[in-house]
Amino acid sequence: MARRSHVQTTINGETVEFLCEPRQSLLEVLRDELHLTGAKEGCNNGNCGACSVILDGRLVNSCLVLGVETEGKSVETIEGLAAPDKLHPIQDAFLENAALQCGICTPGFIMSAKALLEQNPNPTEHEVRYWLAGNLCRCTGYDKIVRAVLDAAAAQ
Amino acid sequence: MPENKDYKVIGTRPIRHDGVDKVTGRALYGADFQMAGLLHGRVLRSPHAHARIISIDTSRAEALPGVKGVVTAKDLPDAGDKVADLGEGAVNLKHLCDNILASDKVLYKGHAVAAVAATNPHIAEEACTRIDVEYEVLPSVLEVRQAMEPDAPLLHEHLKTTSLGETAEEPSNVASHIQHKLGDPEKGFAEADVIIEREFITGTVHQGYIEPHNATAHYNPDGQLTIWCSTQGAFTVREQVAEILQYPISKIKVVPMEIGGGFGGKISVYIKPVAALLAKKTGKPVKVLMNRADVFEGTGPTPASFIRVKMGATKEGKITAAQGYLAFEAGAYPGSPVGPGAMCIFAPYSIENVIIDGYDVVVNKPKTAPYRAPGAPNAAFGSETVLDEIAEHLKIDPLEIRLMNGAKEGDRRADGPVHPRIGFIETVEAAKAHPHYTAPNGKKHHGRGVASGYWFNIGLESSVTINVNADGTINLVEGSTDIGGTRASIAMQAAEVLGIPAESVNPSVVDTNSVGYTAVTGGSRTTYATGYAAYEAAQEVKRKMITRAAKLWEVDEANVQFADGEFSCINGKEAQISFRDLCARLGETGGPVVGSGTVNPGGAGGAYATHVVDVVVDEETGKVDILRYTAVQDAGKAIHPSYVEGQIQGGAVQGIGWALNEEYIYNAEGEMTNASFLDYRMPTCLDLPMIDAVIVEVPNPGHPYGVRGVGEVPIVPPMAAIANAIYDAIGVRMTELPMSPDRLLKAMGKI
Repeated sequence: MARRSHVQTTINGETVEFLCEPRQSLLEVLRDELHLTGAKEGCNNGNCGACSVILDGRLVNSCLVLGVETEGKSVETIEGLAAPDKLHPIQDAFLENAALQCGICTPGFIMSAKALLEQNPNPTEHEVRYWLAGNLCRCTGYDKIVRAVLDAAAAQ
Repeated sequence: MPENKDYKVIGTRPIRHDGVDKVTGRALYGADFQMAGLLHGRVLRSPHAHARIISIDTSRAEALPGVKGVVTAKDLPDAGDKVADLGEGAVNLKHLCDNILASDKVLYKGHAVAAVAATNPHIAEEACTRIDVEYEVLPSVLEVRQAMEPDAPLLHEHLKTTSLGETAEEPSNVASHIQHKLGDPEKGFAEADVIIEREFITGTVHQGYIEPHNATAHYNPDGQLTIWCSTQGAFTVREQVAEILQYPISKIKVVPMEIGGGFGGKISVYIKPVAALLAKKTGKPVKVLMNRADVFEGTGPTPASFIRVKMGATKEGKITAAQGYLAFEAGAYPGSPVGPGAMCIFAPYSIENVIIDGYDVVVNKPKTAPYRAPGAPNAAFGSETVLDEIAEHLKIDPLEIRLMNGAKEGDRRADGPVHPRIGFIETVEAAKAHPHYTAPNGKKHHGRGVASGYWFNIGLESSVTINVNADGTINLVEGSTDIGGTRASIAMQAAEVLGIPAESVNPSVVDTNSVGYTAVTGGSRTTYATGYAAYEAAQEVKRKMITRAAKLWEVDEANVQFADGEFSCINGKEAQISFRDLCARLGETGGPVVGSGTVNPGGAGGAYATHVVDVVVDEETGKVDILRYTAVQDAGKAIHPSYVEGQIQGGAVQGIGWALNEEYIYNAEGEMTNASFLDYRMPTCLDLPMIDAVIVEVPNPGHPYGVRGVGEVPIVPPMAAIANAIYDAIGVRMTELPMSPDRLLKAMGKI
């Protein structure tokens, strides 16, 4: 087994330390080492967006980032979004709009939408569709997802 | 007959019960399952499309540090020549086992050959490269018409065509030939003023669920096998694993985790028995995950097909005869959905003279699996395009010709059954009245198309148990895995019976030891059949609660009435108590109340859809863009309209992908060359407009609330609707799927 590196990073506002092999992706680290399984593996090569997280304010596919690259950085995952007694407005909008069916892509879409609304609080429908084109959903046909993100923007 | 009244819960849009778990990342899917001491499994797959396995040497893999066990087909019990009944029809057990781990031959690139369990997934993957397999490569055949040729390479030396009950002498790749005939087709064509006959080709497409297959298995020392997995049906996993491993079902517990999409593709087992074999061999729990390439290359796509359709009509537009020839690729083992394709092809119409021939043909591609209305989309691409051409020829509006010929209650389908009350005409009328259909459409290279589709839906077994809580809520235990909001649609039916809010129901999807037998989440059956079981369970709760109220009031049960969540005494005594208040008094009236419902209903009502689509064709690039899309569908009764709309929208978009982009691309060696989400391009949200889902409600007489299945039929019309729209835009009839830019440019004579 390859030597494991010690990494210190911030995840959802908490300082976290972990050991990982150099070849382990951030997605593997989140899921297998830290048991944060909200980020999903759909393709493991950056095509589906199910593993989307926010790294130092930037939306990334966590399958394309190495665990060791997060040293000293800040990672936001789906698990950090809701307050203990209150969902994030994007999460509420997904529920109100029935914007999920099987739900496997949902964490990725919500993280992607969060990154969008941080950059562009009032996106048009086309801007939402352009931004979310990196996230695949096979169940919904996207209609209700796009509406949910537009609703979340309006509610802010 | 469906109850005809104003519903309190049905037709509303409550937040789904599993919603918070799914928007917070807390919901646990199969790959999220963890347990102490877990090993990780990886499957070695064939690099060849067709080869004989000469030898497999696993010694170098076993020697790798961290490897705990390697299995091959030799670890499977001998399947012999047994035919197993797995609820979805009879299956040859040897074929089933050989698809899990190949024994003598590999029949497609990606065919599983061996599997490794190791202390981490990377070691397991590395170990797979150290398994030495010697192959004798054989010629392969990848296309249905070529596979039907007498001199085609044979996949199975013992497979002989069964044709209309007779079995042929010589082996063939054609597993079976079926035929449906109604009336006198020859006479019908003789009566026609216009006859159109066209040939169609559809590509191999995948269900494309975002979650890859997964399975974790563990044997207790007492032999109890537990499998945690994503599946459309925990009980069908139990049956298949029991048959493949020759192990009693009572010693297998299947725990369904949340499932990340299925669309028919997560009914067959692939790695579940492999995980069990590895767990047995190592004595440890083993988790096996597929990657995306494994999913494309090793799990069921839906068939490519060759279809010939001939239809004749009088000059007034009456269809006098129809003929269909359907040749479907089954993949490596028999069992394509050509049967359902043949059932559905002309089912929207009342036609007196019909003949349909269907052929199930093996080719060197992965064994096909069901995909949303399996077989029907391929068939409708042909029939709905030919009908459009007839309408054009006769200068009749394409929706008008559908109204003129539309199937109604009492009409006979070519494969036998007589339609009960159906809502086809209503979908066409709604499409015709929709502002989309009357909106202007005349710009250059813009076009509008319509098409309809049918899917019969199924019933099958479901079980539900309801436990009543002291605070007026109920716990609803079900065996249907929830892929698209069925916890809500099932809970709402129980809530309606008991006069309580949807939020007062706590639904749980449980393992095979904890609920009665329940068939797969598939066939558009879950809200219909498991909803029906929930209705029955709630009725039993209601009856028992009436007994309790009678006991409380010391009156005869006949004097207790229940309406709108209130029990009242109707004779002699002034007394009322709400469902909720009575729940608090169960202890004093005889103890807990539990209701159960089990069904195997025969009244699954068929579903119809009619779609309208506007496209624009880019003359330079051949790219087709969807500008506007309206999908009308008869839901019978929409229990939760948002999730019905979601099914319609999702199905339509899968159809759009099938129509425009998606296909398996093979090289000369029979290798799939686009086994990734980058190269197998499913629609993204940037490729699409909003999808206007229009629900029509013609109640199904076979369900207490009139429910029809809604999941499958929306994928049936899109391919033909888009082809018809492309014709309207550029005057070219597209007869091959997908209608990708290169095919458009060829059809327009540009390349």
